[in-house]
Amino acid sequence: MGKGVAITGMGIISAIGNNVEENFQSLIDKKKGIGRVKKIQTNHVNDIMVGEIDFTNDDFIEQLQLPATNNYSRTALLGVIAAKEAIKNAGISDITQYKTGLVSATSVGGMDMTERYFYEYLENPEVQKYIDGHHAGDSTQKIAEQLGIDGSLVTTISTACSSAANAIMLGARLIKTGRLDRVVVGGSDCLSKFTINGFKTLMILSDTFNTPFDENRKGLNLGEAAAFLVLESDKVVQAENKTVLAYVKGYGNANDAFHQTASSDDGDGATLAMEQALKIAGLHPEDIDYINAHGTATGNNDLSEGRAILRVFGDRVPDFSSTKAYTGHTLAAAGGIEAVYSVLALQNNVIYPNLNFETPMKEFDITPELSIKQKEIKTVLSNSLGFGGNCSTVIFSKEP
Amino acid sequence: MKQVYVNSVGSISTQKTFDGSFLEDVIDHEDHVIHAMDPVYKDYIPPAAARRMAKGIKMGIVASKIALTEAGIDNVDAIITGTGMGCVRDSEKFVSAIIDNDEQFLTPTPFIQSTHNTVGGQIALEIQCKGYNFTYVHAAISFESALLDALMQIQEEEANHILIGGVDELGDHTVKIHQVINHIKTEKVKSSQLLASKTSGAVFGEGANFFVLSSEKGETSYAEVLDTKTFNTLEKDQLQSELNIFLKANNIEANDIDLLVLGNNGDVDFDDYYNALAQDLFTQTQQVYFKHLSGEFNTVSSFGFWLASNILKHQSVPEVIKLNHTQTVQFDNVLLYNQYRGENHSFTLLKKC
Repeated sequence: MGKGVAITGMGIISAIGNNVEENFQSLIDKKKGIGRVKKIQTNHVNDIMVGEIDFTNDDFIEQLQLPATNNYSRTALLGVIAAKEAIKNAGISDITQYKTGLVSATSVGGMDMTERYFYEYLENPEVQKYIDGHHAGDSTQKIAEQLGIDGSLVTTISTACSSAANAIMLGARLIKTGRLDRVVVGGSDCLSKFTINGFKTLMILSDTFNTPFDENRKGLNLGEAAAFLVLESDKVVQAENKTVLAYVKGYGNANDAFHQTASSDDGDGATLAMEQALKIAGLHPEDIDYINAHGTATGNNDLSEGRAILRVFGDRVPDFSSTKAYTGHTLAAAGGIEAVYSVLALQNNVIYPNLNFETPMKEFDITPELSIKQKEIKTVLSNSLGFGGNCSTVIFSKEP
Repeated sequence: MKQVYVNSVGSISTQKTFDGSFLEDVIDHEDHVIHAMDPVYKDYIPPAAARRMAKGIKMGIVASKIALTEAGIDNVDAIITGTGMGCVRDSEKFVSAIIDNDEQFLTPTPFIQSTHNTVGGQIALEIQCKGYNFTYVHAAISFESALLDALMQIQEEEANHILIGGVDELGDHTVKIHQVINHIKTEKVKSSQLLASKTSGAVFGEGANFFVLSSEKGETSYAEVLDTKTFNTLEKDQLQSELNIFLKANNIEANDIDLLVLGNNGDVDFDDYYNALAQDLFTQTQQVYFKHLSGEFNTVSSFGFWLASNILKHQSVPEVIKLNHTQTVQFDNVLLYNQYRGENHSFTLLKKC
């Protein structure tokens, strides 16, 4: 059986809370973070709903005590907030004590500033500082700097909506191969006009609250969030007598190789990813107690993912739900925030309801969990599926 | 732990590398930015499909196909791509359309192609590879991140054949805004005069360099990959001590290095990192550079990797890339060092096989 990698800390900011505790409370209270977009000027304001975080950039700049000359994108700001919480939660006071790296995920990067100053960049020296903040690696560099990670392995993954799950996967591998003692893994994405309009052209944005796995689902709500986990080697856990929150037990990554933006009808990629994760974890399908599904509430995703779940689990599909109705689809960060929710499910032995569900899909007869359910949970399987055929699964467990 | 071999290469660059030749006829460009030379795309991609594809996708697919053909395999266990900016022209197209047309009349294609993992996804679609597929997007170490991932998977026997590569394309607006902040040289510079320019900024380029890495050495093998290591930050005075740690971990001493491949880009403000590494330790070692041929871009170190692989295979160094006068007869160990604007440093070690 594959040995798990210890998770010793976590941090999160999303539309349903500014830290781990607030997020958990909202999940239990069935409190959605979905509403009309406030911080972005868009013509689509009345056509879409989003999961937006209340704080403004200026609020964050003040919280983080950044100088006025800073060139932080909102992606970077969210990332720093969540990553700092994760480090604090892991009880790390001196980050240089062990070989520590950072693997972050983003798809939006600094696009929020680029779309604001695109033409102005050419003329206004005051906004030119954001030019260098555009590329995807920039937010990661800033998070590393804020955490005090220097001279180390710091990298960024962008595989659309599966990105943060892949960051967790790489992090686990870096610990297993002994290249790092500790690695902070996760992702950050802010809302932007770019993604709002992009998904709008694909006609997969719902004009109302998203309804994962519902027959009448109308599409996704975009959200913004950041979440990070601290992974540590057994050496660090033992030496520091660390409390382990949960383990990254298995992971799988596959490509659907079907279409650039659509999933195959039978969910080939998702099936392969789940099977691979079970294999690495040394678990059987019946060992999984809860599936935190990708469940974006698009017609295509939920059908493809549902079929993949049936292919892997047959007539013994475990309790499953999507938490996208709470947070919206947070793109590259989704795998990170759902990792935090998975660990919270293990810690609290609770399954979150799949909000807004009314009508089962006609293609199959599986129904997500609809209420708060308390039961002993030893393993959680979390899916993240994205553009480019990217399919990722991570399995979290109580036991190593 | 399994060994890792570079079994094939495929390069689309600002030089004529797509035909598999090794810098036989070098073009002495003279510009602020230099564009990749187009292969005959229709030889690799159906014209109807190619028309819709961004240049980054086309370069990535062709470089991949060249590498797969040379390695003599149809498919791989994994595809791992590095790209700093993805298909940046489509990103520019979509942002400007949002602004110019006030969020109306938009089409999805530029949005879809702007997603960073488009190249990796399109290669998977093209060769129907359902395996592991990652895209790293961390500026100057995007390619090395892909290389490290592949190295770990082959060493740990999780995969046997992995296609890795680095790809970036030039975009007009991105070039313009990097000119206003002087990351691109204000004057046109001849490739052959790049290091003599003594001015700020670099000459930007573009390209795609893909490789099949395998656990088994074959007839086509170029080199063995020993290791790669990246650093988000490093001060000049830390370079040699970090290099020594890296070399020691691989049981190699500085004087075992027969060739140093350096990422000098002619930026007077940052090229001294290379001097800081090479001084004392490598005064007697042959040194080469390559960005005068390729231009600077986030994944240009994949061109350096292509160069080093070729040198190890052919055991010869083209005159045009020489940085010093040290002559070496036999090349066993090659060290690559790259950084961009003082950040995102990488060491990579290749060995003759």
